[in-house]
Amino acid sequence: MDLNPLALAAILLIGAVTWYLGFHSSWLANTTPDFLVARRIVRSRRNAAAIAGEYLSAASFLGVAGLILKDGVDALWYSVGFAAGHLALLLFVAAPLRRSGAYTLPDFAEARLGSTGLRALCTVFVVLIGIFYLVPQLQTAGLTLAAIMPVPPWVGAVVVLVLVTISVFGGGMRSITVVQAFQYWVKLFALAVPTFILITVFVVGHPMQQPLSADRPPDFVADTTITVPAPVQVQVAEPVRLVAHGTIDGAPVDSEVVWYAGTHEVGAGTRLEFGKGTAVPTVASAPATNSAWLRPEAGGISTLLGTYSLILALFLGTMGLPHVLVRFYTNPNGRAARRTTVHVLLLLGLFYLFPTALGALSRLYVPELLVTGQTDVTVLMLPEKMLPGLAGEILGAVIAAGAFAAFLSTSSGLLVSMAGVLSTDALPGRVRDFRWAALVAGVVPLALAVLLPPGDVSLSVGLSFALAASTFCPVLVIGVWWRKLTWVGAAAGIVVGGGMVLVALIMNIVSEYTGRWAPWFVAQPALITVPIAFATVLIVSLATPRKIPEDVNRILLRLHAPDPLGFIRDRDVARFGENRAKPTDGRHRR
Amino acid sequence: MSKHSASGPPGQAPDANTAALRKPRRKRVVLNDSRNPVTVVRTITELEEQTSVGEVLVRNLLRAQFKTSMWLAALTLTPLVGLPLAFYLCPAFAAATLFGVRLPWLLIGVLPFALLFGVGYWHNRLAERHEKDFVNMVES
Repeated sequence: MDLNPLALAAILLIGAVTWYLGFHSSWLANTTPDFLVARRIVRSRRNAAAIAGEYLSAASFLGVAGLILKDGVDALWYSVGFAAGHLALLLFVAAPLRRSGAYTLPDFAEARLGSTGLRALCTVFVVLIGIFYLVPQLQTAGLTLAAIMPVPPWVGAVVVLVLVTISVFGGGMRSITVVQAFQYWVKLFALAVPTFILITVFVVGHPMQQPLSADRPPDFVADTTITVPAPVQVQVAEPVRLVAHGTIDGAPVDSEVVWYAGTHEVGAGTRLEFGKGTAVPTVASAPATNSAWLRPEAGGISTLLGTYSLILALFLGTMGLPHVLVRFYTNPNGRAARRTTVHVLLLLGLFYLFPTALGALSRLYVPELLVTGQTDVTVLMLPEKMLPGLAGEILGAVIAAGAFAAFLSTSSGLLVSMAGVLSTDALPGRVRDFRWAALVAGVVPLALAVLLPPGDVSLSVGLSFALAASTFCPVLVIGVWWRKLTWVGAAAGIVVGGGMVLVALIMNIVSEYTGRWAPWFVAQPALITVPIAFATVLIVSLATPRKIPEDVNRILLRLHAPDPLGFIRDRDVARFGENRAKPTDGRHRR
Repeated sequence: MSKHSASGPPGQAPDANTAALRKPRRKRVVLNDSRNPVTVVRTITELEEQTSVGEVLVRNLLRAQFKTSMWLAALTLTPLVGLPLAFYLCPAFAAATLFGVRLPWLLIGVLPFALLFGVGYWHNRLAERHEKDFVNMVES
């Protein structure tokens, strides 16, 4: 792709402001608690913006619109689920979790159940979820940078990770709060303004080529040349005449061909030239015609179950995401945690209106992405297709800057939380260790991001939600509300639920390479794994009543007693001090 | 503290030196705060020591909060779970239009966010009311 100097300048600006804010406020971050929990004085409104800013990742900023372009109205469940997850968090765990005074999920598990073994298990899964979440972010960063300047995809991943690591090294959590809050507004602005302008352009300037309800595929809006980066299966609904150079259906082609209705296998590196006005062939997994795209649940019973599975994963998975939870500990008390979450719901609801509009517009203006199925860059390409010239370039630059804000904020949030867990559990837990842990937590996902082939960012992120929903959600919800939970039950639930999701994940990758034979529950297993995980926790806990912690009543009192009574106790300040006691079982019970 | 040398090698970052050099922060020391009535302290002690009274109080609070949360979760999930099923079972509903926009796009793309915020706001009020009741009970 050609160099787009405006977009590059906008990204540099975002990087510079992020770095400045992080560096500037790191002057204030002096002590270890500053580093890890922002001294707990972050105000609820700014904290809400920070949570939303941290949460709105590449999957929300780019991925949702891309999926809407491809899958249509069914993809809207992603935005709904991403927001609804915070409601589940609010209803079931926000305030009690804050009052537990723990800093990370392993902290909570140990404080509630008093087992260091369970703590180690939780640490493993926090890091796993963090890695699964970080890899697609970095890959999309690579795609984005490759879309605006001529560099290979790994460059973007490296740039994002280096920027984030520097920022984390500088100021830890406190500076990040400022940065994240700033980045929420950047992202909202970077999506809202182009949406309004493009909708105006659409309504005023461009007569619609064909109605979106037509029972045929979308048309190419201009002569288009597409180079297929990876082997892809396309479906053709209407006969298409095109010029192809490369391999099609396993045979070398270097001339004009005609595709009749059916599916065709296009080899990697093949160049396809389509004329203006020809029907767009789409990837085999997406609806081929506009009328099917416009209708919900057009894919039969497996689509319906897949939708439910997705809703469940996103609804319950959010509360288990490490980077969201860490943010909650910066609230001063349980009441503030609840208020912050309500505010987050407002901010997210506002944001998610825009990807929908952009995704629907792109069905009209950038249908060529449907051929390769790599629709994550949809939002970046839309402005220049609708508004050729300087105006489109400026809007494209604004969106690119917002996308980079998304990469930076989510990646730094994940990095901080993973580093926090690693440094307190695997290392002595001083500031220096926090920095080393951040370095380690960044390098592994970077290697994976470069090695693994990129998929749809929202789909990959959906799997890490499923993992969180099948491991931490049962432990959190049951732990907060049920006295009879034991560490054996919690560990069994995490192992069973997490194990099943990991198996599904591996099956999914194998299926990608060997002809996509996997059914819906492999791509989104939450509908099966979450109930099983909950049942495992309940049954095993009931079977091991002697392992119920002795002080369970006191702990539940602390979780639920209103803040004015003063039962809240923050352990981390003592814990993260220089002279930490040797780890013993139940070391929180002071 | 390597905040001044963020790009320097992390291994050499001195840890608490600068924190120790800074002036100690002012703190307000309260030996006996008359604003807290003695009865509260007694009830709180009761709660802490798990007497039967305290335990019943906490159990009631827990039950009230949990019931509220479950009801509101059900209220939210009913439309979210019902919509896909309705679209699946009733294609005419899935193809309906409102003001030139397909109804499902509005029902999934706009409405849930208002619902989520509304439920969240309502839950916040209910939960705070439960807590206020609890505090009043403890303090009276």
